[in-house]
Amino acid sequence: MRKTLTALVAAAMTLAAAPVMADLVVPNLSYRTGPYAANGVPYADGFNDYFTLLNERDGGIGGELIKSPECETAYNTEKGVECYESTKGEGALVYNPLSTGITYQLIPKMAADGITLYTPGYGRTSAANGKVFKWVFNYPANYWDGASVAVKHLLDQNGGSLEGKKIALVYHNSAYGKEPIRTLEELSKKHGFTLATLPVDHPGQEQKSQWLQIRREKPDYVIMYGWGVMNQVAIQEAVNIRFPMENFIGIWWSGSENDVQAAGDKASGYKALSFHGTGMDYPVYADMKKYVVDTGKASGAGDQVGSMLYSRGMYAAIIISEAIRKAQEIAGKPAVNAAEVREGFENLDLTEARLQELGLRDFSQPIKASCENHGGPGAARVFQWDAATKQWNAASEWITSDKEVLDPLIAEDSAAFAKESGIEERCK
Amino acid sequence: MFYRESGDFKTSYSEDSQTFPIKFDRLRYYAVLAVAFGIIPLFINDYWANAVAVPFLIYAIAAIGLNILVGYAGQVSLGTGGFMAVGAYAVYKLMTAFPEVSIFIHVILAGLITAAVGVVFGLPSLRIKGFYLAVATLAAQFFLVWLFNKVPWFYNYSASGQINAPERTVFGVFVTGAQTSAMAKYMFCLVMLTLVALVARNLTRGTVGRKWMAIRDMDIAAEIIGVNPLTTKLTAFAVSSFFIGIAGALFFAVYLGAAEVGEAFGIQKSFLILFMVIIGGLGSIFGSFAGAAFLVLLPVFLKNVLVGTLGWPTDLAAHIELMIVGGLIVAFLIAEPHGIAQLWRVAKEKLRLWPFPH
Repeated sequence: MRKTLTALVAAAMTLAAAPVMADLVVPNLSYRTGPYAANGVPYADGFNDYFTLLNERDGGIGGELIKSPECETAYNTEKGVECYESTKGEGALVYNPLSTGITYQLIPKMAADGITLYTPGYGRTSAANGKVFKWVFNYPANYWDGASVAVKHLLDQNGGSLEGKKIALVYHNSAYGKEPIRTLEELSKKHGFTLATLPVDHPGQEQKSQWLQIRREKPDYVIMYGWGVMNQVAIQEAVNIRFPMENFIGIWWSGSENDVQAAGDKASGYKALSFHGTGMDYPVYADMKKYVVDTGKASGAGDQVGSMLYSRGMYAAIIISEAIRKAQEIAGKPAVNAAEVREGFENLDLTEARLQELGLRDFSQPIKASCENHGGPGAARVFQWDAATKQWNAASEWITSDKEVLDPLIAEDSAAFAKESGIEERCK
Repeated sequence: MFYRESGDFKTSYSEDSQTFPIKFDRLRYYAVLAVAFGIIPLFINDYWANAVAVPFLIYAIAAIGLNILVGYAGQVSLGTGGFMAVGAYAVYKLMTAFPEVSIFIHVILAGLITAAVGVVFGLPSLRIKGFYLAVATLAAQFFLVWLFNKVPWFYNYSASGQINAPERTVFGVFVTGAQTSAMAKYMFCLVMLTLVALVARNLTRGTVGRKWMAIRDMDIAAEIIGVNPLTTKLTAFAVSSFFIGIAGALFFAVYLGAAEVGEAFGIQKSFLILFMVIIGGLGSIFGSFAGAAFLVLLPVFLKNVLVGTLGWPTDLAAHIELMIVGGLIVAFLIAEPHGIAQLWRVAKEKLRLWPFPH
């Protein structure tokens, strides 16, 4: 007991020396260690670099500097709690934890604390329903959109019918991976394909039996919801069993350079979805190079610029900064608080023209949020890996998800949450 | 001078057989309780509760539970994570099925359910020992995690397989859910830990504990002097799992609020708690506290020093932190193989003679 107390006192002294308050605080709960680091590093770099760019080039947002204190979660929920609690006191405006597990934990906490949770492309899908989830936003697309977009892409390729086809879902055996199952089941009823589900346990280094099963059952297509080291292993195993790569589609979290490069040339043709563009062909990167990379202010090793997940981290930072800008506009002052930032998210109107202004023409779809709609357009594009040029090439136009199937599912799941937690619907 | 038996005269049997026979020890114990119950709750905030105090209290409960099995009864177990999962899922099912019942009762019931499961998985211990038993409990770990992933009834058929703790109260005060204050969380876990520690301490001092230790030291000899291995081993499994179940229930309901079994109750958890017990000291209640404190507080402390004070990059700090914690564990076990509890014991021996050692 005595030791405990000494340690407590010692820790208290270090905590007292916390950094000074900055103007706009957007904590970056990242993971640069552990089995998910290969994906966590580029995302965190993109997220940090965009805010650095805004600070260096524009002097922040509306004249207020942005600070994004980083906290290492290692994709672990306990460390996530510690990170949330340690950064929330600094006046955090919005969180983007890049982990569905941590998101589930933070949803009730952050509603009680009055801080916005922004989970682009991950988290709890039914948070798209703003009537129930006041503090959570997951536009532009969610897991169920991803499943639907993948199926729509397959429909396009098969002349509009998947009758009699067999699709296997290889998924991370966690909240994240299980999310699309219900949607895919509904879609299989609608389009007449059969669905096989193959769970892969954390961290996913061992997938021999799953891929043996795929070899035996010969599904026409494989959809993957993987993350971290699981992606690399799955793509390598698919190569090993000579599964045709063009029939293998990953969700946006299973489509980074780090995932495919390990498998070498044979990974060519692998497809992955994304709700934004990738590569260096956007004018924003000229500024990024000038103000961030060349001045040595890039986050991390600075070697991830322009990669798929770097673009995604940057995308999240763009949306957050645009929401803060909107909040400043509504509040009429630059120093906004967490509640005002939520208003910014809810009234966000990211138009084509605004994207062009930001140097991101054709980078992503426009978003118009509202009180009810926290889920955005739900559109994504299919990208295909070219191992020779080491590039993701767009293999489809923007595909919008099948709202007819998804909307009732979202309504059902959010209603269950509202009932469980005793939440009244808003936006009446 | 202060810490000594001499001059402290006992005039009744109950005085003679109390938990802390030395006056100084007793006063220290009351002082710790007074600080824990009377002073810390006044100053605790969200950060201290969620990052430090609550995990420490919960891991201490789990470590006491495992220490009974491994340290007192000598039955090696690697199934702690799985048993914690049983506690978590039991409390979740109870909370959602009987919302009007107090969460305090649910946590105790979750402990009892875990005890029953623990007895079932303890049955092989009658036939197998040592490493083989460790492997059998490892099977329990994987089986239980698989079960809670596989059967949707356990997570009330939610789409994601996540379990979320609804808001529940004790005497009208929220102890689970988002509205819980830091103090309520802390106090609830502290009360549980105090009860668990009292029960554990007294069990280990009495007949039951002596039987466990007899079985641990030499099971054949114990059997010859009339200790029934069946009931002794199974009570050890039952009591241990009861405490671990309580820890699992609190871990999910009070601390995390939402959990998925593979991530929160995986094999890492089993190892973590086993390390706590080994570093703290096998066969010692104080050791369970010390081990939990060491492994919960040290990483948080190092993180705050390396990132908060020194301003290192988070990834470098996380790697260095692993190396420091690992290095300390190794160094510690070389210097003091019997754990922190042994240091405490040695300190007490020295204190008895202080200031005139011979």
